[in-house]
Amino acid sequence: MTKQRKWDNLATDTAERMAAADRFIGKGKEVQSGDVVALLEAVIRPGDRVNIEGNNQKQADFLADCLNQVDKGKVHDLHMVQSCVPLASHLDLFESGIAKKLDFAFGGPQAGRVAKFIREGKIELGAIHTYLELFGRYFLDLTPKVSLICAYEADREGNLYTGFNTEDTPVIVEATKFRQGIVIAQVNKIVDKIPRIDIPAGWIDAVVQSPKPFFIEPLFTRDPALITDPQILLAMLALKGVYAEYNVASMNHGIGFLTSAIELMLPTYGAELGLKGKCCTHMILNPHPTMIPAIEEGWVDTIHCFGGELGMEKYVAARPDVFFIGPDGTLRSNRAFAQTAGHYAVDMFIGGTLQIDPYGNSSTATANRVAGFGGAPNMGCDPKGRRHSTEAWLKCGQELPCMKDQIGAMPRGKRLVVQGIETFGEGRAPAFVEELDAWKLAKNANLELPPVMIYGDDVTHIITEEGIAYLCRCGDMETRSAAIRAVAGYTDIGLKAKPEETRRLRDAKIVRTPEDLGVDRNRASRDLLSAKSMQELVTWSGGLYEPPARFRNW
Amino acid sequence: MALNTIEFECKSAAPAALVGKPLHFGVVGSGDLEVLMEPKALKGAVAVKVVTPVSGFDELWRRVLATFVENSKLGDVSIEINDNNATPAVVMLRLRQALSEAAA
Repeated sequence: MTKQRKWDNLATDTAERMAAADRFIGKGKEVQSGDVVALLEAVIRPGDRVNIEGNNQKQADFLADCLNQVDKGKVHDLHMVQSCVPLASHLDLFESGIAKKLDFAFGGPQAGRVAKFIREGKIELGAIHTYLELFGRYFLDLTPKVSLICAYEADREGNLYTGFNTEDTPVIVEATKFRQGIVIAQVNKIVDKIPRIDIPAGWIDAVVQSPKPFFIEPLFTRDPALITDPQILLAMLALKGVYAEYNVASMNHGIGFLTSAIELMLPTYGAELGLKGKCCTHMILNPHPTMIPAIEEGWVDTIHCFGGELGMEKYVAARPDVFFIGPDGTLRSNRAFAQTAGHYAVDMFIGGTLQIDPYGNSSTATANRVAGFGGAPNMGCDPKGRRHSTEAWLKCGQELPCMKDQIGAMPRGKRLVVQGIETFGEGRAPAFVEELDAWKLAKNANLELPPVMIYGDDVTHIITEEGIAYLCRCGDMETRSAAIRAVAGYTDIGLKAKPEETRRLRDAKIVRTPEDLGVDRNRASRDLLSAKSMQELVTWSGGLYEPPARFRNW
Repeated sequence: MALNTIEFECKSAAPAALVGKPLHFGVVGSGDLEVLMEPKALKGAVAVKVVTPVSGFDELWRRVLATFVENSKLGDVSIEINDNNATPAVVMLRLRQALSEAAA
């Protein structure tokens, strides 16, 4: 006779906590903002896994502040599992001992404190993840018991509208609620009717109208006025030597000025190269304002977004043929799905970095900042599970001389992973280095391994002002390193390049200079930008784009 | 900020008098520079004067200019550069653009 076993411990535990919180929760699950600290003390227990929603865009900042005010005698040693820790309040939790362990993906502005706290033992680091990896663990071994999320609006029953900035909310709520956890939402406003239901009331336990709207950062807005001529030269090389060379149809663009320059040069240099209709037709991107001219010129079929971008709401809503728009007429971003597309479906990832080593490994880590990864490694890698074929993916795979050593004559493609970088960065710091600062960071912050953003075996192209290194055409490490040296300019690594070796690589089209590609350096000027200022972006958008105040310089 | 002046000469293996009259190119904006070139009988050599707020990169300036002079075969000219934190990428771009203006 087997002993009767209880199978609903999680639900029972949650019911007990919710009973203790009952007196704070009113009609429609509404909680008064003054009761939130007491509510959190009632539903959170020491050692709980807790999620505070916040990516690099919207933030559940009010709930984060409230969590900092709980009685440390009641709530302590929490295990925070969350995408990002960009707010001071996220780190204050570790300073005071309310939280102890951290599993996350991106540090942002708090990267310096994260490193310091790990070193001082204030943070017990679980791991630094990519977004998809962390989302995956929400459904495996890091499911939150309590999640503190944010939305634009709730209705009187507790249904949520997350709208334009839906971002991470669905994945957090689904993981938490379907393991019988507790979900508390801060909203900017409680209203009678919301535009559409993004999260059903049944998955929400409490809703509070925040005293002020949630913080949101316009992280993907790049002012065209700040784009430099060398960035334009790199963009010309990218368009001619990669986009045109491989007919890259689908892609993700990184956050930097190089990709902004490329976006603004699609209607000019890109059109001149005849790329319209062939390249950039399908994109996984936040609503970058610098995409407006290319969208207006009819380049883009489809854009799916990780998150929103402040000021782009009306423009995006007015282009429903391009963006993913709900029946209510507004965008629904979704980080998990955009990352999935970015990982498996796109032909190319192109972005910048801070440092590249002689093997092609690249990192944005500096010696004393744990910045984390975000989503770039999922897009900046060759997805081994990809099975559908496109022209660019297949061509890149065909060029790979070592493929036959691994799978014989079997045809297989490869994601294009392109790193664009000037040989010297800010303060004339060399971009090509013998050893990445990531090694020093690993030592300084007691990390198990150096945080590498993109591993060398995934990088297929490096673009500098010297030209393009086609690493996907290199058969061995010696050739790869030689190709990297050849485009490393006047850095110590670049000075090791041997002219006769570089000549051979150029003959083999493994290295191509601007002259080899027929890119005229003298044309590398801002005249190639379809919009040269924020104001011109507004004009291109027909007045629909409303830049945040700090970008309004006219 | 105190400005740092670097002066040196370099010479191409096969110099040619590519600059026929004085020219000026570029603007001393942040991260940028202006180049002045003037024909000068230097037995094929190029005299370089760089004025920059940055110190400690003298060798880098020499390398960039020597490569530019060698690749362009420029000779018998004095070059003056007024720099405001330009990277080698910008320096090389401006020098090439200045020279193509001289050829135009």
